Amino acid sequence: MQAYVLRRLLAVVPVLLGLTVIVFLIMTLIPGDPATAILGSYATPENVDRLNKQLGLDKPLVQQYFIWLGNLLQGDFGRSYSLNRPVLDEVMERFSATLILAGTSLLLCTLWGVLIGIWTAARQYGWVDKILTLVVLVGLSVPSFWLGLLLILAFAVQLRWLPASGMFAVYGGGDLADLLKHLVLPAVTLSVVATGVIARLTRSAMLEVLRQDFIRTARAKGVSELKVLYGHAFKAALVTIIPVIGVQAGFVLGGAVYIETVFQWPGVGRMLVQAISQRDILLVQGGVIVVAASYVLFNLLADLAQSWLDPRIKT
Amino acid sequence: MRTAGIKPALALLFRNRLAGLGAIVLSLVVAICLMAPLLPVPDPDVTDPANRLLRPLAKGHLLGTDHLGRDLLARLIWGTLLSLAVGISASIIAAVVGSGIGITAGYFGGRTDNFIMRGVDMLMAFPYILLALAIVAVLGPGLLNALYAVAVVNIPFFARNIRGATVSIAHREFVDAARLSGMGDWRIVWHEILPNVLPVIAIAMSTTVGWMILETAGLSFLGLGSQPPQADLGSMLGEGRKLLISAPHASIVPGAMIFVIVMSINLLGDGVRDALDPRLRSGALSRPAPVTRIERTKIANLAPSDHLLSVNGLATHFEVGERVYKAVGGVDLAINPGECLGIIGESGSGKSVTALSLLGLVASPPGVIKAGSVHLNGEDLLAADYETLRVVRGGKVAYIFQDPLATLHPLYTIGVQLAEAIRCHRPLSAQEAHNEAIDLLSRVQIPNAAARSRNYPHEMSGGMRQRVGIAMALANDPELIIADEPTTALDVTVQAQILALLDGLRHERNLALIFITHDFGVVAQMCDQVAVMYAGRIVETGTTTEILSDPAHPYTARLMQCVPELGGGRRTLMSIPGLPPALDDLPTGCAFAERCDRARNDCSEAPLDLAAITKSRSVRCLYPGEAA
Repeated sequence: MQAYVLRRLLAVVPVLLGLTVIVFLIMTLIPGDPATAILGSYATPENVDRLNKQLGLDKPLVQQYFIWLGNLLQGDFGRSYSLNRPVLDEVMERFSATLILAGTSLLLCTLWGVLIGIWTAARQYGWVDKILTLVVLVGLSVPSFWLGLLLILAFAVQLRWLPASGMFAVYGGGDLADLLKHLVLPAVTLSVVATGVIARLTRSAMLEVLRQDFIRTARAKGVSELKVLYGHAFKAALVTIIPVIGVQAGFVLGGAVYIETVFQWPGVGRMLVQAISQRDILLVQGGVIVVAASYVLFNLLADLAQSWLDPRIKT
Repeated sequence: MRTAGIKPALALLFRNRLAGLGAIVLSLVVAICLMAPLLPVPDPDVTDPANRLLRPLAKGHLLGTDHLGRDLLARLIWGTLLSLAVGISASIIAAVVGSGIGITAGYFGGRTDNFIMRGVDMLMAFPYILLALAIVAVLGPGLLNALYAVAVVNIPFFARNIRGATVSIAHREFVDAARLSGMGDWRIVWHEILPNVLPVIAIAMSTTVGWMILETAGLSFLGLGSQPPQADLGSMLGEGRKLLISAPHASIVPGAMIFVIVMSINLLGDGVRDALDPRLRSGALSRPAPVTRIERTKIANLAPSDHLLSVNGLATHFEVGERVYKAVGGVDLAINPGECLGIIGESGSGKSVTALSLLGLVASPPGVIKAGSVHLNGEDLLAADYETLRVVRGGKVAYIFQDPLATLHPLYTIGVQLAEAIRCHRPLSAQEAHNEAIDLLSRVQIPNAAARSRNYPHEMSGGMRQRVGIAMALANDPELIIADEPTTALDVTVQAQILALLDGLRHERNLALIFITHDFGVVAQMCDQVAVMYAGRIVETGTTTEILSDPAHPYTARLMQCVPELGGGRRTLMSIPGLPPALDDLPTGCAFAERCDRARNDCSEAPLDLAAITKSRSVRCLYPGEAA
């Protein structure tokens, strides 16, 4: 078990390295002069020259990469020209807001997805199954950014129950209750698609497990149907569900881009969209690396949870 | 091979009403979009500031106008066309490039495969919207760039799926044959591999095209896709959003359109996938109900017997589509405390289904109990409600199954599984139940019971696992144990130990035991009575000594000849020629007649009864005992 955890931890290193390679390659693929692209078309020629030298663009690609990576490892993600502050500071500040939103959504979609999956599997082909399966398909098909707007119209504009945007009220806000109030709509919106994915997967995993011999054994020894479903079948199905929850972390982190824009949530996603419009490439790069790295860690957690659950996983 | 099953697949697709609805809506949308130049709608880009933000149903503007006074209906139609074109192009690009990569990796294998798939895994380590953003960031905002970005981030998905499909056929006979005939690699890929992975590509496309439309619309919504004045649905939504409160229709309408398109694509895609998935067609993905479905048309109304268990006229069918497999076709059994009844027959003879039917454990669907009764201490279990049945299961009647690796839960320790069996029937604390579980383990002669109770099933040997299975059956001191081929999966020495253990327990506790097997050697060692089953019916029953010394039914005689006799060598070991009859097409008369060398014409004419030939023996044969 400990050996497995250690091996799994070590396996993360090449993935993280590969991730930096991809980001680096994408960024060097910028058509035309990178320094101009970074500084924008209004940059003076002196500035472009200086930046080119500063970025080491006169050196070979591999060497450039290692210099760049070395800087990253020292926490130097460069400076955002549009905000005029270190990229890492800005990204980490924004990232905490994204984590709050994405984490809440992940909890919501896991809870609802799993419950809906179990309910529909338990009542396969019954009307509950049919209705919920359709609801799940609606959830998978609805554009989340549009759903967000509809929810704002309904709950913020018409009913005035919840705030339409932001993380805290401008005046007199700032406490936990205020945060939660602001969190409801974006977190729910963000969780809809992932809920659908998890519900579908849970349903099929449960159906797969319910046909296994050990379920018949449980029934044969007199275990009540409720315990057969939630104790025996669900525990076995969880082995296939957990990695998918890990993958959903990626969808939720990525989907946050839309939701943060719709709800003006001060997270990395909204920052990225603004940075792209302003061609602040270093800021984009920093944001992408931090979010992608956190996704890798989410998946690592999912793997560890799976191995903890399933004693058969040892290799 | 490829065309086989397309007809039933199409039938299934059209039977799925939702998929049909999706197809209709989608083709309607596409048709309207394609006719856009011919429709009597205003130019989508002509501004009219005087008539800005008209509400829907305004004169001349069915859906109203936007903030520049442009007609929303016209913009919606043109925007839909653009969104569809972009989404579909993206998915074609992703499919072509991804499939190319996947086929290359899967076909060439080895280092090529390794290198490519590592790269693909790397790309998949990104949350993919983020990757699309990074690409757009580099290429700059624009609809074409958004299209590329969405296509690129979907390539890994295709590559992985198509690689899997390719690997599974890259070494099949027809590919090897092509290679031996001197065909070049690329020709093989084009003529042999590609046609066979096309269905997989089609499924992958049908599941992703909706996503890609959503994603490109999303990028446009963020202002990173189509740039004004050109507008797809996403950018219409993005522009409309700024006026959300004063003119909600400007954002609701294009969003609803995206939703309608994606929903109908997904409905259709689900239909396609279901139609192409053979497991759904066979009903193999059905969930077995907690109790076998019971639709009894005939219930033998008998005077209550004083047997511990008596089964009368039990019939269990499997209903798969329009076919009905008569797995058990009217079985009578009776057993008293302390007795051991053997049920013997080939695989498929209905012995296990009979055993599982007793407590409603036959998987349903497809199993249905069609007739008969099962009386335990005078109570009909087939008429009992679920709770009554649950209490009997593992309480008065317990099962031991064949393969304890598959029949024990893989993620619970055996101690926990035993304790659960106990606590299902008795209100003990967790600690008490655990102690009792350890007790049970030592009673079935598992050494170091306390330590072993913390093992998972996969950590034990087959023999040890079957001891756990027996311990579990004993947990609540049952009156009857049904052992369904408990030793079949074990090697011979372990088998002897398990049989000895069961026999000892039976005498010690005055247990009734129903022992299901295909091995006359085991019957001889364990059972007082035997019932021989063939094609779902008992063909001969009597005491073990009588049947062993003088089998009356030709099938019994043949079955006994299948067993090698230790140290004897007087008999030749024989197998039975022919196959058992198909259970969905049983003959009218004797089911064994086809394979029987004693069969005469009248054997196949009318159904045969199980007729008594002595006080303790019955046989279902017109000419019994002649060859014995």
